Amino acid sequence: MVAQQIAFGVTAFAMAVGAVRVVTTKNVVHAALWLMLVLAGVAANFILLAAEFVAVVQVLVYIGAIVVLFLFGIMLTRAPIGRESNLDNSMRPLSLVVGLLIFGLLASVLAKQWGRVHLHTANVQRTSDVAQSIFTQYVVPFEAVSVVLLAALVGAVVIARRD
Amino acid sequence: MLLNEYLFLAAFLFAAGVYGVLARRNAVLVLMSVELILNAVNINLVAFGAFRNSAVGQVFALFVIAIAAAEVGVGLAIVLLIYRNRRSIDLSEVDVMRG
Repeated sequence: MVAQQIAFGVTAFAMAVGAVRVVTTKNVVHAALWLMLVLAGVAANFILLAAEFVAVVQVLVYIGAIVVLFLFGIMLTRAPIGRESNLDNSMRPLSLVVGLLIFGLLASVLAKQWGRVHLHTANVQRTSDVAQSIFTQYVVPFEAVSVVLLAALVGAVVIARRD
Repeated sequence: MLLNEYLFLAAFLFAAGVYGVLARRNAVLVLMSVELILNAVNINLVAFGAFRNSAVGQVFALFVIAIAAAEVGVGLAIVLLIYRNRRSIDLSEVDVMRG
């Protein structure tokens, strides 16, 4: 329990720093790399919650595919690789207010509603339970998601194609 | 472990993502902030799944990951198209439909 607490503290701190750096850094490539740190922290949190299959999918899909896709996007749109001063628009102070308000609102509601609720780590959801759930109760949404992915891939090729 | 620790972390990621979406000009950076928001939701789903001792949270997290992959693919294709047409991905210059 203590080890879990320490692991959570370390990953949560890294993720908080990473998230702030993603939205404030002056370097686009560094933003993608900080995003990778946050995504790895999310995968670590899934492990802590005993959701090992989701953690592996997170690493494969997010860190393996999506971050690489982002780096390709940065290179193809020829963003300046070095520091750049005008990455933020003029609404920055207002956006900061909105972000802080959202966090304050969520934090107050969560503290009120889920103040001292403990997670029971004894009963773990196994990957076989997840598979059982996907292929019985949620098989229709699962097939719908695969069609959505196919449509999105074809759509992306059609949109980005030169003709 | 308290359930709230995960929920607070997710709330912070969500707020950072909202700030990024509102404050950034570069379209690729806006898409990255959207990924932060989606990951915050995933943490919430898996944490509540563990809390309620149900596999459904993980199932929905997997669905969200699949949709996020599709979203990034289409989003980056649109960004590339904007770049090809306008030689810039500055979102404050993309205002053709402003009323």
